[in-house]
Amino acid sequence: MDFFDIISWILFTTGGAFVFIGGLGALRLPNFYTRLHAASLTDSIGTILIMTAIMFQAGWSLAAIKLITILGFLMLTSPTATYALANAALLSGMKPGKPEYDKEGY
Amino acid sequence: MVNLFAMFLLTLLIITAVAIVRTKDLFVAVMLTGIFSLLMSANFFILDAADVALTEAAIGAGITTVLLLGALALTAERERPVSAPRWLPLVVVAITAVVMIYATFDKPRLGDPLAPVHQHVAPWYLEMTPVLIGIPNVVTAILGSFRGYDTLGELIVIFTACIGVLFLLGVPRGEGHQPPGNGAAPPDVALSHHLIPRVVGRLIFPFIVLFGLYVQFHGEFGPGGGFQGGAIIAAGIVLYTLLEGENSSFSAVPRWTLVAMAAGGAILYGAVGIAGMVMGGNFLNYSVLSNDPVLGQQMGILIIEAGVGITVCGALLTIFHVINAREHC
Repeated sequence: MDFFDIISWILFTTGGAFVFIGGLGALRLPNFYTRLHAASLTDSIGTILIMTAIMFQAGWSLAAIKLITILGFLMLTSPTATYALANAALLSGMKPGKPEYDKEGY
Repeated sequence: MVNLFAMFLLTLLIITAVAIVRTKDLFVAVMLTGIFSLLMSANFFILDAADVALTEAAIGAGITTVLLLGALALTAERERPVSAPRWLPLVVVAITAVVMIYATFDKPRLGDPLAPVHQHVAPWYLEMTPVLIGIPNVVTAILGSFRGYDTLGELIVIFTACIGVLFLLGVPRGEGHQPPGNGAAPPDVALSHHLIPRVVGRLIFPFIVLFGLYVQFHGEFGPGGGFQGGAIIAAGIVLYTLLEGENSSFSAVPRWTLVAMAAGGAILYGAVGIAGMVMGGNFLNYSVLSNDPVLGQQMGILIIEAGVGITVCGALLTIFHVINAREHC
């Protein structure tokens, strides 16, 4: 196991942990906006870490360039999707507020 | 390791399927269908079927979800509750399940080289593709040339679906539903107030179409082809329509162009077949298209794949616009 492999697996594990925490937050947090917050932020950092990990696995090749492109694409679209989701929720009348205001559990 | 991952994915697939059946909220069901397709696509990829995986991801998870969401806007949000127990469907499903499970006992082990499917024509395809057609992607060779009739049939099915949707939904609802303001088109509302999605969407739209064209024309060398490429380009134009509104979309790609694309692609495919007949071969025999049979095959596959892409793109966009226009009535 060489040096890059070790770095790659450390990145894989941390990225996976972030995604897992994000999933936990999306399940357990009290209302819509906090759930979205948990899911989106951890998703972004998880994507960066996991993609970098795969890049270390791929080595300096065409695959690495493709991965950089995919990473750039995800960095653009994923926060945009989160923004659109939050904005749509706000426009449809869902007020951000304290969890206890959330009667229906959304 | 790969087997373990495949089993994990298949388990998730079953859970998703059960959730789709159980949920009463149709919006949730549509979202779960998208997830189902994505899981299925990952499964195909594990089975080394990259072409099918790409098709499933582009059409199943992408375009179909958009079309289902559009259809959902026309109907109620929740499923109508059914209280009485449905014994007959339950019995039918149970019997079918038992028969299918019984049938799997005869199935060869996954990846068994002695399985009948690997003994029949598959070795011949693998052996003869480099000789007869000379392209690396055997799937494209089989799809475009060896089994060109089947692909033409699939294309006709897509075209027929497009015509069917046009007949069912493409008719205006009558005189009373004309938009006010003596026939002037209503202003585009779309997502113009969402600044960030609009800016990002404009930024990535050209790259989506470029990627679609790459998938379309790279199908002879890697996974891809007309079905995937057409669906990706259609998805890009759907994104443009969502961001800029119907009118801008129609001024960029007019309605008649879409219908002409849906029909023209199938005609192009058939024309290549007839060109083969005129030049002295059989229907859909591309070898006679050029002096060099291998070059003729490659030319034929490139043109029919273009025809497939054009029809898929046109048909999907026509269906999308028809469902959308229905909403505004």
